[in-house]
Amino acid sequence: MTAPTYDLGKLHGGLRLQGNKQESTTQPILEVPVPSQLVLPIEQHVGEPAQPVVGVGDYVLKGQLIAEPDGELGAPVHASSSGTVVAIERWPVSRRHGDKAPCIVIECDGKDAAVPSSAIPDYQSQAPADLLLRILDGGIVGLGGAVFPTAQKLMQARTCDTEYLILNGVECEPYISCDDVLMRERAPEILSGAQVLMHALQINVCYVAVESDKPEALMRLGEALAELDDDRIVLKQVPTIYPSGGEDQLVQLVTNREVPSGGLPTDVGCIVQNVGTAAAIHDWILRSEPLISRVTTITGDGVVSPVNIRARIGTPIEEVIKLAGGYTDHVKHLIIGGPMTGKSVTTDEVPLVKASNCVLAISDTAPEGDELACIRCGDCAAVCPVQLLPQQLFWYACADDEKKLREFGLIDCIECGCCDLVCPSHIPLTADFRIAKGRIRELADEKARAERARHRFEARNQRLEHEQQEREAELTRQKDSAKSAGPAAIAEILKRKQQDKKDDPR
Amino acid sequence: MWIAILTITSIALIAGLALSFASGRLPPADGDLVEQVNDLLPQTQCAQCGYPGCRPYAAAVVEGSATINLCPPGGDDTIRRLARLLGKEAIPLAESVVPAVAVIDEAACIGCYHCRNACPVDAIVGAHQFMHTIIESECTGCELCVAPCPVDCITMRPLS
Repeated sequence: MTAPTYDLGKLHGGLRLQGNKQESTTQPILEVPVPSQLVLPIEQHVGEPAQPVVGVGDYVLKGQLIAEPDGELGAPVHASSSGTVVAIERWPVSRRHGDKAPCIVIECDGKDAAVPSSAIPDYQSQAPADLLLRILDGGIVGLGGAVFPTAQKLMQARTCDTEYLILNGVECEPYISCDDVLMRERAPEILSGAQVLMHALQINVCYVAVESDKPEALMRLGEALAELDDDRIVLKQVPTIYPSGGEDQLVQLVTNREVPSGGLPTDVGCIVQNVGTAAAIHDWILRSEPLISRVTTITGDGVVSPVNIRARIGTPIEEVIKLAGGYTDHVKHLIIGGPMTGKSVTTDEVPLVKASNCVLAISDTAPEGDELACIRCGDCAAVCPVQLLPQQLFWYACADDEKKLREFGLIDCIECGCCDLVCPSHIPLTADFRIAKGRIRELADEKARAERARHRFEARNQRLEHEQQEREAELTRQKDSAKSAGPAAIAEILKRKQQDKKDDPR
Repeated sequence: MWIAILTITSIALIAGLALSFASGRLPPADGDLVEQVNDLLPQTQCAQCGYPGCRPYAAAVVEGSATINLCPPGGDDTIRRLARLLGKEAIPLAESVVPAVAVIDEAACIGCYHCRNACPVDAIVGAHQFMHTIIESECTGCELCVAPCPVDCITMRPLS
């Protein structure tokens, strides 16, 4: 067994947060039965929404493609169980406050009949490029919560000089424990997924990074690794600091290389994948099961018995809450995602999607004081994991100073929320930065549009001027040629014209 | 006396030559400011300010003959930025408009070409006697094509 290694890079700032993870990790993963109705949003990933390829009334099988990617960036959506498509309509989803989005609704028949298997157990014989295309068909997206289409991320990494594959089992946000229990129960599958990834990327070093507060997951992974006997895979234990599970932060911790501002981990030769994504790749390549289910943490003091569940994508959240014993009497808020980065929703009709790593039902948010003036204590700068100066950014965000905001690296803010937590004046810094980022993008768009309009306006003026000049030149040419022909020629032409008039008197 | 006249004349001549050389070579300070003001304008070339385009309006603002609140597409943001650049007080917009794009009712279009000639950014495609249409992504919503249309088939659709 390979012992966990400790040679780590240094992460700036960060916070030690109260985990609140034990509540949901006492029980094994609970399998959720197939619900009577599945609601599958066509946009469960970064990029363009997928386009439905089935119609209302069609019978679909489990694992059948029901929406295919449209455009350069996207991922397909598969039916999570067999049944009949009853509607393609707008349905509340876990976006801002339960906004509606187009979804494919399937009435399940309970048979759970699957499409014929197309697993490739001998994936090593496949060319890496073919394997990447195969991964694209599996509808696999980053399961850490960012839902970036995995295949596109891998294809981008193939074009770069990538040395390390890093599996992210850090899961630093409080309450969430779905990766933890997944590592405990499915460590061999995760490592097998890592092997597939290494073959697809032609990489020979894989670090599996796990936070130190998950001893059991580390143990299980160590056992699975000993059994697998693959010395390309190395287990790394990283300290329990929020947000060490952020992609760039993890690269810094594991390899001691800093991802440049505005860059990607591939710029420093790394590619990061969530452990859940690795397991999904194993399921797709070796067991021919596309991404139609995932592990989700149902927790918080708003549910009776917090638990981790494995449910089909598209299962309504109210169903899984029932499995967790239902709501307690004092439940107030429902959040999809963690307490730091999650989104609050107003209805539990929303379906579980590929991004749903956690459903948090809580009684009440921590009492916050009123927002006071910034006293420039600098606590926020001390905890910022990206080494920004939040107090300066706040200053410039208030002044709407786009130039300074860019100069001070607002774009690199990962919106982790550390500065909010330490601010003694209770300033909602992250929310302000999110708005300022939107403003910057808007301004840049506006500027680009104005620039293009100006360019077109100038091009048009130039064209008109050119046409005018040509007309004048043509006129002078005609005058000159008439003059050079001499008076005799002119008299000849005039005579002909008079003759024409006589012939055709009108 | 002749010496004095010659001296003065030659000094004036040298100074005049130097000045004309400098004005030709160095960018005029005011012109620079006009460029800066022009950069802040939305470049819709809509003439809603009463000037024939964004640059002429910028020149008028710098000269002081136009106030900074005459640009409806730019809105309050542009006024604020202009005020900051020119050290003036931000004043409310003289007349506000909703951002919109022009839409041609293609069934009614007779292919007269008038709107195409009016468009300052060449956002209308079509040929004489053929149907015209507007390239939505390039339309700045200046409304200059609405008036010339003889069959009134152009409408402004507000951007959501």
